[in-house]
Amino acid sequence: MIAASGPGTAVVEIPSGSRVPQVASEAQLRTVLAGLSGVDAVGVAARAAKLATRSLKRETKRRALDLAIAMVDLTTLEGADTPGHVAALCAKARRPDAEDPTCPPVAALCVYPDLVATARAHLAGSAVRVASVATAFPAGRASLPVKLADVAEARAAGADEIDMVIDRGAFLSGRLGQVFEEIVAVKEACGPAALKVILETGELGTYDNVRRASWLAMLAGADFIKTSTGKVAVSATPPVALVMLEAVRDFAESTGQVVGVKLAGGIRSAKEALRYLVLASETAGSTWLEPGTLRFGASSLLTDLLLQRRSQRTGAYARREHVSVE
Amino acid sequence: MSERLDVRKTYKLVIGGAFVRSESGRAYAVAGADGTFLANAARASRKDVRDAVRAAQGAQPAWVAHSALLRGQVLYRLAEMAEARAAELGDHVAQAEGLDEAAARASVARGVDRLVWYAGWADKVGQVLGGANDVAGPYFNFSVPVPVGVVGVIAPADSSFEGLIDALVAPLVTGNAVVVLASQRRPVPAVLLGEMSATADLPAGLVNVLTGHLDELGPVLAAHEAVDGLDLTGASDPAALAALAADSLTRVLHAGPPATPEGGLRRLRAFVDTTTVWHTVGA
Repeated sequence: MIAASGPGTAVVEIPSGSRVPQVASEAQLRTVLAGLSGVDAVGVAARAAKLATRSLKRETKRRALDLAIAMVDLTTLEGADTPGHVAALCAKARRPDAEDPTCPPVAALCVYPDLVATARAHLAGSAVRVASVATAFPAGRASLPVKLADVAEARAAGADEIDMVIDRGAFLSGRLGQVFEEIVAVKEACGPAALKVILETGELGTYDNVRRASWLAMLAGADFIKTSTGKVAVSATPPVALVMLEAVRDFAESTGQVVGVKLAGGIRSAKEALRYLVLASETAGSTWLEPGTLRFGASSLLTDLLLQRRSQRTGAYARREHVSVE
Repeated sequence: MSERLDVRKTYKLVIGGAFVRSESGRAYAVAGADGTFLANAARASRKDVRDAVRAAQGAQPAWVAHSALLRGQVLYRLAEMAEARAAELGDHVAQAEGLDEAAARASVARGVDRLVWYAGWADKVGQVLGGANDVAGPYFNFSVPVPVGVVGVIAPADSSFEGLIDALVAPLVTGNAVVVLASQRRPVPAVLLGEMSATADLPAGLVNVLTGHLDELGPVLAAHEAVDGLDLTGASDPAALAALAADSLTRVLHAGPPATPEGGLRRLRAFVDTTTVWHTVGA
């Protein structure tokens, strides 16, 4: 079924019917992943840097800021999280700029599983979805039953989306089948909930690994592939985002299946977010530019987006203290 | 022995303790008082104003956390730096303002003396602007001057060093951070002072110096919501800028007070808030 192609954009060719191939064995998975062309690291870095210089003019920037706000997964993943803190974030998620009702709500609120019920209660009646990290976040070092129990708890509490981490140790030591089966099992446990698979690209080492991990996650049924947990030193970077966006584009071309990308970790300024939008538009295409297929996982990013949005509206640079901190 | 080539200096902006070209990449020519070309200076953009204000916001808490005595000592060190480079400053003041060498040197010396005078105020201004208030009850009640935060300064158009000292240093004494728009025609001494501030133990970002067109930068600085005080000494249209500043409750110092002790105290008073503290009388 799956034939490896030479270097180019469509790396896997599905003869007809365009559907996600069934991976029956680890050997078959290895064949698919080995067929992916290598990433030209220098070329990727240059392409990402080139696109970062794109200038957005006034009206485009306004719309891009609103779009970016609507793509934010407002995240709090701290040991010190309390129900009160989550309630405050829910209010911010519903109406990010308290002074401006035209400001769109964010896409989702992302919390630990034990706070999903709190978030669910405070977001009732709004379009904001509740996402929860699960599967022994952030290290992913637990046995499969423990991970599945984690997912089940989040689901039972009402999570609409599950952010799982892959076992990087298994991936890097070549136990690809284990990683694949874990994703498949978690996807099944998710039921109708969307599954975002965190690759933790900062720990994968090479762009080739990022590309392979992206394909592995997509073949296993991920609804989103996500860069990072935000808990390691290197998180989302433009070149990594470019590699992942190419992966979802190629996957859609060869299987017809559209998988989203969530960029998370270290994205703090509106300028960076807009650059990622340009990157997504130029790489995956403008159809990806909506909250169903592109997300930003962030906490402080939203504040900067709101400040820039206010500046665009009033013409004066805004004061950080005028936007709710969290 | 070949003839030496000129080593020409590029005058850059001072933002966040770094010497940077304008984000816009623009520059403009600065002429001396006699109309001859002196140097190219960076022509800052509104984004440079934004960056400078952000740097000032970041630096101010560290500055105000210093003891008043230490702030005074650091400002005295700035005076030491200026004194050491007095000859260089004198040359630039002479070229910019069309003074003869002796008059320029004297102007720089007065500026340095003024800086020392302000440095001395750092640990005394609290006693003069604050005090203990008499209240009916078993309490102490103190009024304490606290800095407003970030002060935007439109530097005097004519007095490129001596006049700048008053406008720049007075807000620093009381614990504020400063974003200076240097004199458009005579920006070089302000840039030099910004360079000195980087080696005088001032926190990076406490003093930011922008050069460029004032009609472009002034309104952006005045309207910036995070600018808490505005010194309009060198503004050509202070009323319009004050109106912009009013939208975000910015304190405004209109005409530059004279360089006298009374004038200096007016400047020190311009950019402080008074906070009142109650404390029970101990048993």
